[in-house]
Amino acid sequence: MQSTSLKPAAIAQPAPQILTLSGSWTARGIGALERQLESVHIPAKTEVSADGASIEALDSVGAWLLQKLLLRLRDEGSVVTLDGVRPEFAKLLEVVAQHLADQAGQPAVATSQSPTMLQGIGRSSAAAFEQAVALLSFVGECAVALAGIVAHPARFRWRPILFNIRSAGFDALPIVGLLSFLLGIVVAYQGADQLRQYGANIFVADLVGLSMLREFAPLITAIIIAGRSGSAYAAQIGTMAVTEEIDAMRTLGIAPLELLVLPKIIALVIVLPLLTVFADVLGVFGGMLMANAQLGVGFGEFLDRFVKAVSVTAYLIGVCKAPVFAGIIAVVGSFQGFRTRGGADSVGRQTTRSVVQSIFLVIVADALFSIAFSALDL
Amino acid sequence: MQNTTHTDAVVIEISKVSTRFGDHVVHAELDLEVRQSEIFALVGGSGSGKSTLLREMILLQRPDSGSIRVLGVDLEDIADAEALALRQRWGVMFQHGGLFGSLTVTENIGLPLREHTGLDDRLIDEIAAWKLAMTGLKPEVGAQYPAELSGGMMKRASLARALALDPELLFLDEPTAGLDPESAGGVDQLVRKLRDQFGLTIVMITHDLDLLWQVADRVAVLAEGKVQGLGSMEELSAMDNPAIRKFFDGPRGRAAQAGCAEKTREKSERPSWKPK
Repeated sequence: MQSTSLKPAAIAQPAPQILTLSGSWTARGIGALERQLESVHIPAKTEVSADGASIEALDSVGAWLLQKLLLRLRDEGSVVTLDGVRPEFAKLLEVVAQHLADQAGQPAVATSQSPTMLQGIGRSSAAAFEQAVALLSFVGECAVALAGIVAHPARFRWRPILFNIRSAGFDALPIVGLLSFLLGIVVAYQGADQLRQYGANIFVADLVGLSMLREFAPLITAIIIAGRSGSAYAAQIGTMAVTEEIDAMRTLGIAPLELLVLPKIIALVIVLPLLTVFADVLGVFGGMLMANAQLGVGFGEFLDRFVKAVSVTAYLIGVCKAPVFAGIIAVVGSFQGFRTRGGADSVGRQTTRSVVQSIFLVIVADALFSIAFSALDL
Repeated sequence: MQNTTHTDAVVIEISKVSTRFGDHVVHAELDLEVRQSEIFALVGGSGSGKSTLLREMILLQRPDSGSIRVLGVDLEDIADAEALALRQRWGVMFQHGGLFGSLTVTENIGLPLREHTGLDDRLIDEIAAWKLAMTGLKPEVGAQYPAELSGGMMKRASLARALALDPELLFLDEPTAGLDPESAGGVDQLVRKLRDQFGLTIVMITHDLDLLWQVADRVAVLAEGKVQGLGSMEELSAMDNPAIRKFFDGPRGRAAQAGCAEKTREKSERPSWKPK
């Protein structure tokens, strides 16, 4: 049994022909001995006797090091004999020697080298390209499945759609409302100083109204939902892929896309515009409170100006972006879920990717919308 | 394997252990002893509390009352430092491997050494490769991730990790469940080889009648919260207890027994294992 007081392993060379080994040659007792062993040198063609009588404990790490040392010394041309080792250690030493002898015949396994920078860039671009193609084909598959459902409305699955509307939409109302309310306050507060300098207090309604309705409300809602629901989609589908539930579904003749993905896309496309309207209302409300507090613009004045400054077009532009964002979030979340391979680790990685990619794509889409709308003079 | 104590020394001592989940009694004052360098098997129907007993032996769960001593250490009120030292003296192979999915097989095997010793990374990789070879896996497997392995390879890799710190005591949870007959046969031999080479004490849970007949020195049958029978398979097969008879009277039980009788004839020519 392991003694509680470990005497560290040691090697000494009192005379050129004698090596004395002592202490506990175990994983915990070896300590710095490994490097010391490398410096043991014996003039070639000498006979050396290694005395192992004072080795107190030996485990596989110690036996491994000891046999490697003997092997190296023998390769260097010395004749080494190991004596005095306690009989109970002999078996272990023999097992190690046997393994090392077997191993000597076989070529060493090539260790994989870490890739160079150029290789790294090449690999990651190839992976990115492969993923982009896969995402595109996933979008295609979803479109085909959607067309199939439209052609056979009887296959429409209402229950999962309603469930998703509740979990992704209704349950998200508090957080979406709170954040857009705060965003409205921030926009009005930041604008207040500038506007006051020019005596243009009333234009706070233009500032808050246009920025919230056109840009901030759809964007903040999409980002919250990407973090909240997109990640949940990826994690749910990913875990199902790991536990072979997806494969089971396929063998039972149920298309996973129809059961898992389409309800999510449909529900989110319905829900995200509604959440955006809710965010519009609370964002403008936040700005209105701040305008009253900081700039002395009353609620009546604010709303009068708001109606004149913000056209219906501005409102519709904001709301019509939402279904596109919804499609991006649901598709990317599900797509990353389906790409999960292996175990728990992969689920985490794919979930992270789904959030990062869907937020990235939402912002890219928003930029494209801006360019398109400015080209159309909207 | 560093010890010189004689073979009859008791490695695990379980006395009057009771465990309850709510109203459900799992163990009712159960007593059991595992001796040094024996291959000890726990059997019993599902829900007989063998997994719970195993979890109690490896400090994953506490019994409601009674005492368990493993390697001479009382598990009740064990201090953290003592528990850590004890955990390094045993190895556990879990039913589904319990390998870490984010690490390669070699990294999995080297993890205990990396965590608990100050050894060089290169040496740890060498030792890990050796332990891998010891469990009969090819060197290429080391670079793979657990998700890429088959069930049998996963169990072997898990066993290699359990052996990383040279345990004195090895716990195997269903070592052959879910394996094809050939891999299961490989596990039989592996378990016996480990005991013969290193004098390990092995405690296993299994339903595999072949494994029980071929490998186990002593078998304890658990039912109704108690040990219903204890002894070698030959001794158990002669007992009348209905809980034990269930194991032997099915067609599979008889087939395994017949298979063993054949094997023992071959085996008798070889020298049997001698205690150190």
